[in-house]
Amino acid sequence: MLTAAAPQKVTARRNQVVEARASFQLPGGYHVNSNTPNEDYLIPLRLKWEQGPLVTVEVVYPKPEQRNYSFSTKPVSVFTGSFQIVTKFKVAANAPPGPGVVVGKVHYQACSEDTCYRPATLEIPLTYEIH
Amino acid sequence: MSYKTLGFFHSIKKTGWAVPAIAVLIGACSTPACRSSSRVKASGDRKPAPDFSLKDADGKTVQLSDYRGKVVLLNFWATWCGPCKIEIPWFIDFEREHKDQGFAVVGISMDEDGWQAVRPFISEAGINYRVLLGNDSISQLYGGVEALPTTFLIDRDGRIASVHEGLVSKGTYEHDLEQLFQGASGARASGVPVVVARAN
Repeated sequence: MLTAAAPQKVTARRNQVVEARASFQLPGGYHVNSNTPNEDYLIPLRLKWEQGPLVTVEVVYPKPEQRNYSFSTKPVSVFTGSFQIVTKFKVAANAPPGPGVVVGKVHYQACSEDTCYRPATLEIPLTYEIH
Repeated sequence: MSYKTLGFFHSIKKTGWAVPAIAVLIGACSTPACRSSSRVKASGDRKPAPDFSLKDADGKTVQLSDYRGKVVLLNFWATWCGPCKIEIPWFIDFEREHKDQGFAVVGISMDEDGWQAVRPFISEAGINYRVLLGNDSISQLYGGVEALPTTFLIDRDGRIASVHEGLVSKGTYEHDLEQLFQGASGARASGVPVVVARAN
């Protein structure tokens, strides 16, 4: 359902703060709950990166849309179509120089107007080079 | 009705690649109006509903074969599924109105957080039918259920008479059930044996 384009390779020095931008795409007619759904029972989208030399400082989600669906009495906070999530990393002070890959996991739950899909996890690799 | 108290946090257990395939399968007919046009299969075209063994909220083991001789509405759902919540009040009505006619609704929750998420929901929604906790095995047994709601209508002989994937109208279910009540009663009167297929 949700597809992703891997972020561009990150090149950085120790202690530097860098950004990685991951792009996502949903087919027309489908949505995923945003990272801040309006109802407690809805499963939020979350991006988490595995631990490594790139330390996550902040994950910046796009501004969600507030859409009306027949199954909810109030607008639902969603992402649709194409959207991007930006992650700010700080390179660890003791990071070993050289190339590497860190994997982010996007946990999400998608629906259409009349159907929901079981929660799923999408893995996105980020390649980096530390000088 | 508010379900705001039903907080819910999912652990990462699945990868997402089975979902697109399901989306493609239903893509040709993705609106409620389209899918509601499906009709009950002719008796000879029905396949046996796989038997299963799952726990209910009281910890009791329940098998589909326990319902032999009854028309069963088998509904796959989850607490996080908005469209499922539209159908649940209908199923409550069906259970109340038809339980004396040899009919039962059986809900299979696909909540990964288990009873912790499902029990409060059952109470708050006033669900009057049996709810079981599903898993990947039963999902696979029924063709890989990834889209919710998905509902199977099973005749008194334990065969799948119709399948509805996604939200359809209450009238569609009423129509299907009416056919099953009529058709199945004839089979019972004629002494046709009731057989429910067993899973391996």
